[in-house]
Formats: sequence, structure tokens, C-alpha cells
Amino acid sequence: MSDLKLFNIDEKPTWCPGCGDFGILAAIKQAFSQLDLQPHNTMLVSGIGCGSKLPYYMKANGFDALHGRALPVATGIKLANHELNVMAISGDGDGYGIGGNHLMHVMRRNPNLTHIIENNQVYGLTKGQYSPTSDRGYISSTSPEGSIEIMVNPMAVALAGGATFVGRGFAGDPKHLTQLIMKAIQHKGYALVDVLQPCVTYNKINTYDWYKERVYKVDDEEGFDSIDFGQAWAKAREWDERIPIGVIYQEDRPTYEEQVEELQKGPLMRWSPERPRDVLEAIKLEFV
Amino acid sequence: MAVVNDMTFKMGGEAGQGADTSGHGFAKALTRAGLGVYGLQDYMSRIRGGHNFFQIRVSDRDVQATSDAVHVLMPLDLETVHEHLNEVVPGGAVIMDSRLKVDDGLLTSRGVKPVRIPLTEIAQREGGNKIMMNTASLSVAAGISGLPFEYIEQVILDNFGSRKGSKIADANIAVARAAYDEGAREFGPDFDFKLEPRPTKPRMLINGNQAIAFGAAVAGCRWISMYPMTPATTITEWLAAHHRKLGIVVKECEDEITAVLMAIGAAHAGVRAMTATSGGGLSLMVEAVGLSAMTETPLVVVDAQRAGPSTGLPTRTEQSDLQFVMHLSQGEFPRVVLTPGTVEECFQAGWRAFNFAEKYQIPVFILTDMNQSSAIRAIDPDRLSLDEVTIDRGELLTDVDLDAMTEEYLRHKLTPSGVSPRALPGHPKGIVLTTSDEHYEDGQAVEEAEMRVLQMEKRMRKLDLAAQDIRAPLVEGAADADLTLVAWGSTYGPVHEARLLLAAEGLKVNHLHYHEVWPFPTARTEQILRNSRHIVDIENNYTGQLALVIKMMTGIDIAHRVLKYSGRPFTGDEIARKVREGVLAHV
Ligand SMILES: Cc1ncc(C[n+]2csc(CCOP(=O)(O)OP(=O)(O)O)c2C)c(N)n1
Ligand code: SF4
Repeated sequence: MSDLKLFNIDEKPTWCPGCGDFGILAAIKQAFSQLDLQPHNTMLVSGIGCGSKLPYYMKANGFDALHGRALPVATGIKLANHELNVMAISGDGDGYGIGGNHLMHVMRRNPNLTHIIENNQVYGLTKGQYSPTSDRGYISSTSPEGSIEIMVNPMAVALAGGATFVGRGFAGDPKHLTQLIMKAIQHKGYALVDVLQPCVTYNKINTYDWYKERVYKVDDEEGFDSIDFGQAWAKAREWDERIPIGVIYQEDRPTYEEQVEELQKGPLMRWSPERPRDVLEAIKLEFV
Repeated sequence: MAVVNDMTFKMGGEAGQGADTSGHGFAKALTRAGLGVYGLQDYMSRIRGGHNFFQIRVSDRDVQATSDAVHVLMPLDLETVHEHLNEVVPGGAVIMDSRLKVDDGLLTSRGVKPVRIPLTEIAQREGGNKIMMNTASLSVAAGISGLPFEYIEQVILDNFGSRKGSKIADANIAVARAAYDEGAREFGPDFDFKLEPRPTKPRMLINGNQAIAFGAAVAGCRWISMYPMTPATTITEWLAAHHRKLGIVVKECEDEITAVLMAIGAAHAGVRAMTATSGGGLSLMVEAVGLSAMTETPLVVVDAQRAGPSTGLPTRTEQSDLQFVMHLSQGEFPRVVLTPGTVEECFQAGWRAFNFAEKYQIPVFILTDMNQSSAIRAIDPDRLSLDEVTIDRGELLTDVDLDAMTEEYLRHKLTPSGVSPRALPGHPKGIVLTTSDEHYEDGQAVEEAEMRVLQMEKRMRKLDLAAQDIRAPLVEGAADADLTLVAWGSTYGPVHEARLLLAAEGLKVNHLHYHEVWPFPTARTEQILRNSRHIVDIENNYTGQLALVIKMMTGIDIAHRVLKYSGRPFTGDEIARKVREGVLAHV
């Protein structure tokens, strides 16, 4: 365990008071500390959005990239230096909307990344438009009569896409969320953690109370086994009345890094750019 | 009288008939014979059918452009005859299978010699497979022009197992021998274009994309992420074929957005990283290029241009992305644009790009095009000299530097040069925070005006520094020229040749060529152009993009333009003719 204070920084979050992102920030710090991580060997890569500001608010290496683009930057960093503990952080618009294609392919690749998606079912930073995870009928400035699209089901998408770790947490239960994030970090491979995150300013439907009335922990369910895909699929389909949180699914599969020949002798970034002269001269002779 | 070592061969057929592979083999034989060789492939965006050709120009000199005139045409199908007969010069030959249904009168009326040889039959009889007809055809070409047979034999041995006794090699050699002998015996005495080997030390046969890839390899590039797009793909394919020897990670991605962002991630973590694409892919990368600039992450992007807009002509050439790469992405930031025009410059751009990227922590573009990416040229290996290569990582902090650090590390520290010492994430004393938002020195987002201005100026200062590293444009030809030909990138070869042609006519002409175009070498441009009486801008595009840049940067208006946007490369003859007709006739 490392000192939690190591991750503190003098930067006051600009989030609205009561925003679910506070709980997520606290849980990430806790998880890092309990897993004995240090600021210098962790790397937070985020997109753009309210939640994506998280890397500003804790001491760690941080890269706030573009809207929707945390995953490819995080993958590049991870493959160039796989000794870093890399965590990608997105909002729901960021991760399931504009960055949706990256999600689909990171799951196939299975790099050892933890991906936190702060799912507030709304576009927060752009002031409350409906998002890919807004419920059908959700009324917002860009859907005045209510959205006519059904929502993305992150759990089902992740299962279908081949994610090796699929979890859901709730920002209103940071203790449980900490445990979940720790499991995700310890998982070898791509771990998706969708976090139900109340947006107190714009989302007046999916509030703390709304979630509290519905969430339950899968671990409390008799006989639930997260390595059973069939059971996971059933859980993934639950939403309106009961919303499962915890590890929904987990499987073992080699990580991307483990399969790249060049990475087996240590991080790529340690290799000098100077290549042996004889190797280069020999390659040149191939053209002769 | 025989013309020695100055001729062009052209083999054409449907896609899948192998004109390009056979042509490449023939180019190798000619290279080994010590001749100047420039080979160009032309193909359609389809895998089977259609019409493809491979054209090889041979000379005593080092040639760097294709020519209008063809001396030996080798049609593998009828269409090739119809498409290209008008290019064959009087005295030239068309080497055909005896059975090809062409009216010989069509040829003889133009003074072209029908060289009819039972190519399929020879292939069947000697090799047991009519697929060897290409070998037969090229061997006839060698036979009539007097290239010693050993050069053909050697290439066959190279291609099909290097020992005699390999069945397939023996079969091909038998076919080649029979065809060569028949060609030499029946048609050689009457054919006036001849080849004479000139002993040289072994030379390389290399195209622009291979040279860029090799340059990147020498520079220590350890990462390329990409999404396939002609004509850029062969850069990645070459690196992938050498990934073991080089220790490089090659990552094919779901799209170009991913490709460029993964490269940015890898570069941020500390490896020399690049991506390669064409205009369509580059369009998708636009936002990320700004990210590289804002986070001051070194990035190398190759844009191998093809004819646009949109999907355009996927396998055809154009130089129409110059203004695009100079301006792409929102906001203002420093960047470097390299525009190599020869194989040597492709190699140099390949390694120099990484030094620019790391020294100034900026995005760097290498702009090449379809023509240059695939055209092969014979060169002395010393022209791609490893001795001239330097690896300059700029202000990159080592572990020792960081161990000794006493203050908090600031990724975007304000410095007089504008360059902030770069720490790589992973060291306890160098926690690295960066962001696409405008930021304070420590990487925290900022909205306050004062810091915005300071950071903006700091980034832009790097452009002034980079300008000092940019190579001045090349000036070749008469110092007191009346006529200046202005060009950039891959048109170097044909413009060079046009200058020689015009000079031979007694004109005082020079050639101003840009191979590193941004930051723009304004002073040198003014110095040359203000002294020129007539200036002609030559570009493979519609709008004369370089001329517009020159106007923007110097106020000099280039009135005369020779522009080509058919998707086909220039030839030297063509430029000289257009300058004569379109410019000189009117001044
Ligand atoms: C390419 C691009 N398009 C649009 C935006 C504007 N934008 C910024 S954040 C955002 C949505 C944020 O929603 P979400 O990802 O759900 O995160 P939240 O703010 O709710 O945490 C949008 C559309 C942008 N920054 N970049
Ligand atoms: S707008 Fe919503 S998501 Fe954004 S900070 Fe406020 S409460 Fe949080």
C-alpha cells in the first residue's frame, strides 16, 4: 500500500458540487494507493468532457487528449512503455459515441489497460444534450420532444466485443467502486469499468436516488459467477428495474503486449534509436 | 547508326499478368549492367483485368524521369498495342507473340518494327508453362538490343533460387535463352537501339517509399501505426518485412485517427514514432496533428499524395496536398514540411524528420506522391550514406538529469528557445502532465489570457529555430538566368531534364527546387527570383500551390504556370515543350 496523500495535488476540481466525478476520483486514488502504485508509474489518459478532467486533479502522469480519443493514445503509450500502469478515462459521449470505434477494437486487442467510463447519460461539458447512453425519450436541448434512439448498452457491447473484463460501478458507492477498480487494474488485459455517475446539473432523471433504488451488487447474488458468459449476458441485459454493479464478466486471454515480439525484451522506449551499423548495411545490400 | 544506351522499354497488360514483377526483374538486369535506370509502374485501382504497364528508361546518365518516347513495346494483350503504339518511335519495335491479332501495317506505316516471335510456344516448349511468356518477351528485348544474356540469367537465378539446378529457375532460363537467341538472330541486326554494359560497382534499385522507410529505420524509428492507403502502404509493408531485424513495432489500426494517435502515444512515452497515409487518411488525422503540436509531442507523418479530391484517382499521382499540410488542423502552431524530390532526398527526409520532430517537439510532414513512392531508380549505395545521418533527440532529459532535479518538473516550461526539456513518464522526479487544452507550464489547463499568450509565443518561437535547420532550396543552372523553373518535390527529375533540354537550345535557364518547404525559405527565394526575368512554376496540381505560397511569403507573382492534374507524372520533354510553347512563345 502506498500513501494516499502521494496522489493529492493542489488543484481544486471545477466540477459542480455533488457531481459523481468526485466519487470516482476518490475511488481511483484509493485503488492506486491500495495497490501500492506511485504517481510516477501510473499514467492517466483521458478524452475531453467533465469527467475527462480527472487527470488534472490527482498527482500522476497525465495526458488529456482529444474528445473520444483516450484509447488510442493510451494504447500507444502502453505499447511503448508497458511498465507504466495505464488508465484511460472517458465520458459516455467520449467513450461510447465519438470514440466508439476505438472501443470496439481495443476489446479485440486486449492491451493491459484499465478503462473508466464516467457514464452520466448526458453530454455534461457541452451543457446537457442527450448522449449515446441517454434513455429513449430523454428530453434535452437537442431532443426537445425526447430522444427517439435507444441507448447503448455498454455491458452488452463489451461482452459482444470480446472485452476480457467487464464491470460496472456506481459513483454513489465509492467503497464498492474502489474494490471494482482494483480488480480491473489487477486484471491482465483490457478492463472496462462503466461507472454510473450522476450529473447533478443536467441529468434530472438519472439521479443518485434513481440509481440507488435500482443498483444491486452481483456479488450478493447467490450462485452468480462472472466467468460464466451466459450469466453475464443475462446481467448485461438488466436495466430498468434492477441494475447490477460489480464484475459482470472476466476471462483470461493473452494481452496484446505479450504477443508482440519486440516487447519481450522490455519496454520499447528503452531501446536506443541507434541501430547497429552492420544490420543497416546488410539491409541496404538487399537493394543491390 | 545505332543509338547506344538511351532507350525506353514498356511492358503492358492486364492486372495479374505480371507486367510489374517482370519489369522489375528487367530493371534489375539493366542496373547490374551499370546503366542509368528509372522504372515507373502505372496501374489501375483493380486487382484483375484493366490495363497496367511498367516502363523502364535506360541511359548512360542517371535518369530521374520517365520519357514520352518508347523504343521497345512489349504488349501482353491487345489493348497495350492500341494504348501505346503512338508512343513508339520510328525504328522502335513491338515485341509480340506471333499469334497476337495486330495488323502489322499499323506498325510499319509508322516505321515501327513488328518483332513477331512465338513467345507462348517457346514458353510452353522450353519451360512447360505459358506463364513464362513475360520472361520470353523481355529476353527478346534483351536479345534485339544486345544486352548480354548473363544479366538476364542472373536475375532469373536471383528470383527463383540462387542455384542452377532449381527446376523453375532452369525452366525460365531455358525459355529466356531460346527467346533471346531467336530475337538476337532474327531481329537484332536490324534494330538500331542498343545497350552496352558499363562496369560500375554494384548499385541499388530503390523507390521513394523504400528510401523513406529506410531513412526512418536509420533514424531509429521504432513505431509505425497506420491504416492501409495507396500509395503510402508500401512504407509500412517494407518496415513490417524488416521488423525483426529492426526491432520495430508495426501496428495496423482500425482507422487513421487511431494510427496517428497511437503514434502520438508511443512518442509521448519515448519512442521515435511515425504514421504514413495519403490525403484521405490525413484528413482524418487533422485534429490529432493539432494535439501533437499542443502537447508538444514529436510526430512524423508521411503523406503520399494521390490525385484527389475524395477518393480521386487512387493509383495516380498529384502534388495537391501542399497547402493542406501547411494549414491543416485548427489554430496556429509550428510544423515542418519536407518535400523530397529524389530517392536520396526521400532517405534524408526519412531520418531528418525525426530530428525536427524531437528537437522542436512538433509535427513534421514528409510529402511525397504516387509517382515518387513507386518509381524505382538505380543509384550508387553511397548516395544513401549512413555516415551523414545524425540522431538528435533534442532536449530529452535522461534519468541522470532527472535524478539531479531539485524543482518540480514542468512539461511546458517557458524557455527562451521555446523548447521545454522533455521528460518521459516513468521517473519519480519527472511527473509529466500534458493536455490538449491550453495549459500552464506544469500542464494544468488554463483559461487566463496572460499564460495563453506566453504559451502561444513559446510554441511559435520554435518555428524560428526550425527555420535555421531547413535546407535552402536547390538552385541549378545558369547564375544569370533569364528563365527560372520553379518546382518542388517529385517533379525534380523531369524539371531537371527540361532545364537541360532548354539549356541545350541556348537558353539561360536555371531551376529553383524546394525539398524542405516549411518554414519557408523566404530570403533565399527572394534572392533567386528577384533576379529572374521570367519565372515558370511547374506543379502536378491545378492551382499552382507552391506559386501561391511564394506569393504569400514574398509578394512575387509567378505569371507563368505549367500545371498538370491528369494523375500522370510529367516528362522532361513535356515540360520543355510546354515552356517553349506556353511561355517563351509569348515573351
Ligand atoms: C471533436 C469534438 N467535438 C465536439 C467537442 C465538444 N465536446 C466537448 S466535451 C463533449 C461531450 C462531453 O460528454 P461526455 O463525453 O459524456 O462527458 P461529460 O462531459 O458528460 O463528462 C463535447 C461534445 C469536442 N471537444 N471535440
Ligand atoms: S455538468 Fe454534470 S458532469 Fe459536469 S461537472 Fe457538473 S455535474 Fe458533473
